[in-house]
Amino acid sequence: MAAPFRALVRLSHGENVFDLLSKRRRWYVLSAVVLVICLVGIGVRGLNLSIEFRGGSDFRVPHAVTATTVTDAGQVVTGTGLPEMSDVIVTTIGANTVQVQTRSLTSPEVTQVRGALAQWAGVPSDQVSYSLIGASWGQQITQKGTIALVVFLVLVGLVIAIYFRDWRMAVAAIVSVLHDLVVTVGVYAWVGFSVTPATLTALLTILGYSLYDTMVVFDRVRENVHELPSRRETYGTAANRSLNEVLLRSINTTIIGVLPVLALLIAGVFVLGTGPIKDLSLAMFVGMISGAYSSIFIATSLLVDMKERTAEMRDWRRKLARHEERERQRDAAEELAATSPVPVVVGVDVTEGAAQADPEPPAPVAPGERHQPQHRTRTERRRGH
Amino acid sequence: MVVVVVLAAVYGTMAGLGGWLPKLGLDLRGGTTITLTAANSTGSGQVDKTSLEQARTIIQQRVDSLGVGESQVTTSGNDQITVSVPNVSQDRLRDMVGQTALLNFRVVYYGQTVAAPSASPSAGSTPQAAGTPEPTPQGNNLPTAPAATTPATPTLSPSPYPSVAGSGTAQDKALGWQPTEQDFANFQAYSCGQPVNDVADQPLMTCDREGTTKYLLGPTVVSGNQVTTASAGIPQNQLQWVVNLEFDSTGAKLFSDATSRLSQGVPSQQFAIVLDGLVVSAPQVNEPIPNGRAQIDGGSSGFTQEAAQNLASVLKYGALPLSLTIDSVDTVSPVLGGEQLRGALIAGALGLVLVAAFAIAVYRSLSWVVTATIVLAMALTYGLMVLLGQGLGVALNLPGVAGAIVGIGVTADSFIIFFERIKDEVRAGRTLRSSVETGWVKARGTVLISDGVQLLSALVLFVLSIGAVRGFAFILGLTTIIDIVITFLFTKPMMTLLMRSRYYGEGRPGSGLEPALIGVDTLPIRRRRTRTVTDTAEEA
Repeated sequence: MAAPFRALVRLSHGENVFDLLSKRRRWYVLSAVVLVICLVGIGVRGLNLSIEFRGGSDFRVPHAVTATTVTDAGQVVTGTGLPEMSDVIVTTIGANTVQVQTRSLTSPEVTQVRGALAQWAGVPSDQVSYSLIGASWGQQITQKGTIALVVFLVLVGLVIAIYFRDWRMAVAAIVSVLHDLVVTVGVYAWVGFSVTPATLTALLTILGYSLYDTMVVFDRVRENVHELPSRRETYGTAANRSLNEVLLRSINTTIIGVLPVLALLIAGVFVLGTGPIKDLSLAMFVGMISGAYSSIFIATSLLVDMKERTAEMRDWRRKLARHEERERQRDAAEELAATSPVPVVVGVDVTEGAAQADPEPPAPVAPGERHQPQHRTRTERRRGH
Repeated sequence: MVVVVVLAAVYGTMAGLGGWLPKLGLDLRGGTTITLTAANSTGSGQVDKTSLEQARTIIQQRVDSLGVGESQVTTSGNDQITVSVPNVSQDRLRDMVGQTALLNFRVVYYGQTVAAPSASPSAGSTPQAAGTPEPTPQGNNLPTAPAATTPATPTLSPSPYPSVAGSGTAQDKALGWQPTEQDFANFQAYSCGQPVNDVADQPLMTCDREGTTKYLLGPTVVSGNQVTTASAGIPQNQLQWVVNLEFDSTGAKLFSDATSRLSQGVPSQQFAIVLDGLVVSAPQVNEPIPNGRAQIDGGSSGFTQEAAQNLASVLKYGALPLSLTIDSVDTVSPVLGGEQLRGALIAGALGLVLVAAFAIAVYRSLSWVVTATIVLAMALTYGLMVLLGQGLGVALNLPGVAGAIVGIGVTADSFIIFFERIKDEVRAGRTLRSSVETGWVKARGTVLISDGVQLLSALVLFVLSIGAVRGFAFILGLTTIIDIVITFLFTKPMMTLLMRSRYYGEGRPGSGLEPALIGVDTLPIRRRRTRTVTDTAEEA
């Protein structure tokens, strides 16, 4: 069995398998690299904005797609003799639809192009559907999307800060959400899918999804942090334990959440071709995975970094260090007692030794580790009887 | 259980109402969506909310007059109106909605018949002005005689006028406006179809809508929004259709001034009703109309019912309080929409199968609970969409379908959170049965806060977004609420119930709760003795 799988099994058994947070710097670097790649993609390749953002006219013609379809349709449109029709974009959707995009056309021009395309395809002209998008439309969508984004982030930040009574959690959650947005947009830039209003929808959904995931992690962190004094843990250790406890949920949830989106993406890309489904599902797919990653690695790391810097946590760490020092001294004393020919009386040992009638010395238990019962299958247990 | 009752209620209502299909959005069944952006007619400043609503109502009435059912005209944001009409000729709808410019009454200086662009100019190429209706004061008992329908085209040769506009009020200026030689030259050069720039206090060169007559018009005398009502009808004792028109008090005064001059033939005997920069009608004025009530008849040829109603509708609804520009026209053919819907549904089904397979791998036979919650959630979502479609007209669009598919993940997650909690509790030394209870208390909070955030995002999206995004946000919010309902009313009670059974309650192999999967040696079980006995019995 592969090592990662075994680790997952141990994780599913409630073990604290992964030390995720001590490698915080590594996650930051990883994310920074990914973000830079994404930003370069956005900057260099640019976003392939759909007609909704650029403005223009879009015709859909029912026509069987063959090898020459694209050239033919292009010639039909340029053949109308209308001015500035050189940059006509012809694509095919599925096997039976041809999409023709042109600059913004006036009403009579639309009729002309539509008629020409209908004649070419041999259908009545009302079967050629068209869309016209004014140039300011995209601006409006973007503007509204941006407003939605800002309002959402502010509201959500408030809700998180109030619910957890900790503004740092709100900050960490929002930073990780922004991370997911940049990653998704960056992937869009590199893949070259066109950015449509559906993409925008998906981007806004990712916010909700990523935050949802972060909420689950933070809820566990909050719960575990309550036990800091009794468990003698640092905030970081408690957060790490929380992550281990919810990691399996995160993995399972992400898989279950991503599977339908993946099905949607495959259907969108391979079955339907161009369309809102494709745009929506790619953004969702990337955003969901990035959201799961950022909830664990970015949001929690940031939270720990911010928390560990507070005076309260610094004091707590000092206290723990002093405690540890005492423990270490006691252990050293014990060791001395065990090796020294002259018995050294150590309080703890004496009482334990006295309480135990067992002559065998107790197995040393590493401090802070949970005792895990050995896992045996039912058959093994039966044999043991 | 309660959910089953709810589901039964939902589907019972559906059966009662007799609809089994949700209302589909235009992107799924084909249709046209037009988005208009409003601007103040002054061109600056904020768009007034009431004006926007008024404009919406006007457009709704226009679209309804097309006679297609299920059309929807909604406002969104501060300045947008969305018109959605299924399966209607796109051009017709566009023309209908496109008649959105301000309606103006202007004085006709000069009208000239031009060569008809196409054949069959009706009534012997009589310009529309020739068939001019004659406004008469209402209440006047004089029958509207099919009188003097002299072509309005003045015979007097256009002589140069001083370019100085009249002095005094804006009204005087408008009435006193005289074209310059330059204006005439421009007018001669003008041909129908050239773009016009309809500015209220400027003269206008334009044509009628048929492109058969071109006009030189003075500045606006009366604005269309001073029309209070307009209706078409056949007056008593008459046979011909007429259009009745009423102005508000300001409009009545202005109209009275204008008609008193026009009735004297200064500068002509006609005024023009200009909509969208084009002359809709150019009635002849026979006498001053002082009371703001006018009647327009169809002249000698008479109005057809359609023509009268059209003119009345233009007069009544043409007076949009705002100027609107068409931002986008989006048509989806039914074939294309159907293809996308089918694709989405196949993807949904495939997704469900994949999720079920994964659940079996992880949760063994307990996976049926996950699958059941998802199927229940889907059934509830579908049922509610059908009901909401019938009740509130909420339509399912493509992003909505995508939202529902994403909802699968949300629904499954609540179970996963709960299940992982149960495992935690078992490891802490509780029996399965009590783990379900204590685990639930802890999982509940997590489910609620995470669903709460999701709901918040759906809400923000719904309130702030436009068009199709709203459908998505709506479904997302709906599935989130359904998730809470199902988790509380189905998943939790079901788990409690299952724990009473031996198979699940004792974590038998294959139940998904066996000790090996949870990671404990043995499950702390109250009825341990019973189990040992069974075990030995099996071994024997």
